[in-house]
Amino acid sequence: MAASGKDDVFAPWLDAKAEPLIKINGVTKRFGDFTAIDDVSLNIYPQEFFALLGPSGCGKTTLMRMLAGFETPTTGVISIDGQDMSTVPPNKRAVNMMFQSYALFPHLSVWENIAFGLRRDGLDKDRIAARVEEMLKLVQLSKFAKRKPHQISGGQRQRVALARALAKAPKLLLLDEPLGALDKKLRQETQFELMDIQEKTGTTFVIVTHDQEEAMTVASRVAVMDHGQLIQVETPEVIYEQPNSVYVADFIGDVNLIEGSVSSLAGGAELAWAEGRAPLVGQPGAALTTGQPATFAIRPEKIAISTEEPQDRRNRVQGKILDIGYLGNLSTYHVEMPEGPVIKCEVGNRSRIERRDFTWEDEVWLSWSDTAGLVLAR
Amino acid sequence: MRRLLVAVPYVWLLVLFLVPFGIVLKISLSDIALAIPPYTPTLDLAEGWAGIRAFFSQLDLENYVFLTSDDLYWKAYLSSLQIALIATACTLLVGFPIAYGMARAPEEWRPALLMLVILPFWTSFLIRVYAWIGILSTEGFLNQFLLWTGIISEPLTILNTNTAVYIGIVYTYLPFMILPIYATLERMDASLLEAAEDLGCSRVQAFWLITVPLARPGVIAGCFLVFIPTLGEFVIPSLLGGSDTLMIGKVLWEEFFNNRDWPVASAVAIILLLILIIPIILFQRNQQINKEAEQ
Repeated sequence: MAASGKDDVFAPWLDAKAEPLIKINGVTKRFGDFTAIDDVSLNIYPQEFFALLGPSGCGKTTLMRMLAGFETPTTGVISIDGQDMSTVPPNKRAVNMMFQSYALFPHLSVWENIAFGLRRDGLDKDRIAARVEEMLKLVQLSKFAKRKPHQISGGQRQRVALARALAKAPKLLLLDEPLGALDKKLRQETQFELMDIQEKTGTTFVIVTHDQEEAMTVASRVAVMDHGQLIQVETPEVIYEQPNSVYVADFIGDVNLIEGSVSSLAGGAELAWAEGRAPLVGQPGAALTTGQPATFAIRPEKIAISTEEPQDRRNRVQGKILDIGYLGNLSTYHVEMPEGPVIKCEVGNRSRIERRDFTWEDEVWLSWSDTAGLVLAR
Repeated sequence: MRRLLVAVPYVWLLVLFLVPFGIVLKISLSDIALAIPPYTPTLDLAEGWAGIRAFFSQLDLENYVFLTSDDLYWKAYLSSLQIALIATACTLLVGFPIAYGMARAPEEWRPALLMLVILPFWTSFLIRVYAWIGILSTEGFLNQFLLWTGIISEPLTILNTNTAVYIGIVYTYLPFMILPIYATLERMDASLLEAAEDLGCSRVQAFWLITVPLARPGVIAGCFLVFIPTLGEFVIPSLLGGSDTLMIGKVLWEEFFNNRDWPVASAVAIILLLILIIPIILFQRNQQINKEAEQ
C-alpha cells in the first residue's frame, strides 16, 4: 500500500527506480503436453524474502528449479543480476539451493558438507576453515562439526543444509519446502530463525511452500500460484486483507464465502444473496458491474456474535448455532442461516474463566462492519 | 523355545560346516594308503580305548610339511591369488558401468534389466563355460567373426590361455558384482547430485565426489563376492585355461582324482580355507558396518 514515501519501510517493488535482482519475463515451461508454468512474468528485488505459495502441482517447484538452472524455460527469459541465465548451468550460477530432502552428503561430516561448495571454488584452506566456522556459528552447530548427517537430529540437518547453501554467499538462496520435515513447534521457531538469518546475511531468499502460514510469517512478498500462473503477488497483509480473487481468499486462511449477485455499487458494493434479506455490504473487488454474479468474502474473526440484534450495523444476519469449536485461544461458532449457508465466526477467549454466552441451538445475530467484507467477481 | 531358536543356526553350522571341516582336517593329518578309503588310520571303535589312542597317535603334520617342500603348491596359491585379484578388478571395471546404467535407467525398465542380469543363472554353469570354448577356440565364432571383418588375418589363440580364464571368470561372476553395486546406486537420492552441481561441481566431479564414495559399500561387497569363489575356482581354469594356468583349485582336483592322494589334497584344501577366512571376515565386517550406517 502507500508505503513508498517512507524510507524505513522495505518495499522496493513500489520504487520505480529499484533494479530487480531476478527478472522473469514471459516464461513458459512445458513437459510434453503439460504446461507447468504458463507465461509468468515476475520481478524479485535484492534482499527480498519472497514466497512462492500454492497447492502441489501448481508449478512453484518448477519455477524455483528454473531459477537454480535444473530446468530451462521453454520460452521466455530469466535473468539474474542483469545476466541472461538461459545458457548458464547450475554450477556456474551465483545461486544456491536448500533442497526439500536437504540432500546432505551422507559420507561427509557436517564440516565437510558445509565446506563442499567452497572447496569447488578452489579457495585456500584457511579461508575455507574460517568461512565454515562462521557458518557453523550462524546456525549454532559448532559442536556438531565432526558428526555425520545420520548422527544429528532432523532440525540440525535442516540447519546444516541452510549453512551449506549459504556458505558460498550466493546472490540468491532458494529454499524448497525448507521446514516441511519438521514438527509444528520446531517449524515455528525455525521460521523466525530463517528470517533472522536472512536479515543478518542480506541474501535474497526465495522460498517454495504449500503452507500459507509459513509464507505469511517469513515473506516480504507472497506469490500465490495456481495451474502454472501467478494469481496474486503482494505483501502478506494485502494477500490476506485484499485478496484479488475467490481463489486467493479461500487459499489463504479461513474465509466465509456467500454467493449472490451485485445489486448496487453506490457506496461500497452490495450483494443480494437471499430473497427477502437485506443485501450484504462490503468493499468492491476489481472489475465489478451491477447485476453480475459475485461472492461475498468475510473472515471469521471479523464477525461479531450477539444475542440482541445489533441496530448500528447494516450487515447483520440471524441464525442458529450448529457447532462450537473450542481451540483454546479462540472459539469457533458455526451458525446456520435459515436459507442454508453456514457462517463461521471466531471469538477470542480473552478471559481465562469463560462465561458461555451461547450454546448449541441458540438463535444468535452475526454482524460486521461495511468495510470488513469483500465482494469479489466470480 | 528361545533356546531352540538360537540352537538352529548353531546346529546348521555344526552339521554343514564344522563336521565336514573336521573330516577333511582329519584326512589331512592321515597317511596315504592303498585301501578303501585310501588313507590310514581309520577309527576302529571295536578295539575300545586302546584303538582310539592308537588312532590319534598316528595323526601327524607330515602332509603340511610336504606342501612346503614342493614349490608347486605355494606357486599355485600365489598364482591363484594373482588371477583372482586381476579377475576381480576386471569384473569391477565391466560391472560398475552396467550397474550405473541400470540405476540411471527409467524406473519401468529396471525390473527387465535386472532380469537380464539374472537370466543366465537359469542355464547350467557348466554348459555356459563349454559354450565359451566354442566361442574362443581357434576355429570359434570370435575368430571367424574377426577374420570375416578383416580386423585380423591370423586366428587369435585365446582358448587355453589365462586370457580365456579371465573372460570366463568375468562372465560367470559379473552378476555378483552388478547386483550389490546396483543396490547401492539405486538407493542413492538423485537430489544429492543436483546439490553437488548446485554447489559448483561439474557432472564428472559430482560422479567422483558423490556417486563413487556412496557406491563404495556395494563395490566392496561385489569384489568379495567375486574374489572369494574365484580363488578356489576349478571348472573355469580346467576348461578354458591351458597347461600353464596354475590355480589351486586345479591342483586340488588333481591331487584328489589323478594322484588319489586324499591326505595331501585335504591339506591343500585346509590351507585354502585358511587363506579365504581373512577376506570372508573382512567381508562380514563390511556388511556389518553398512548395516550400522543405515540405522
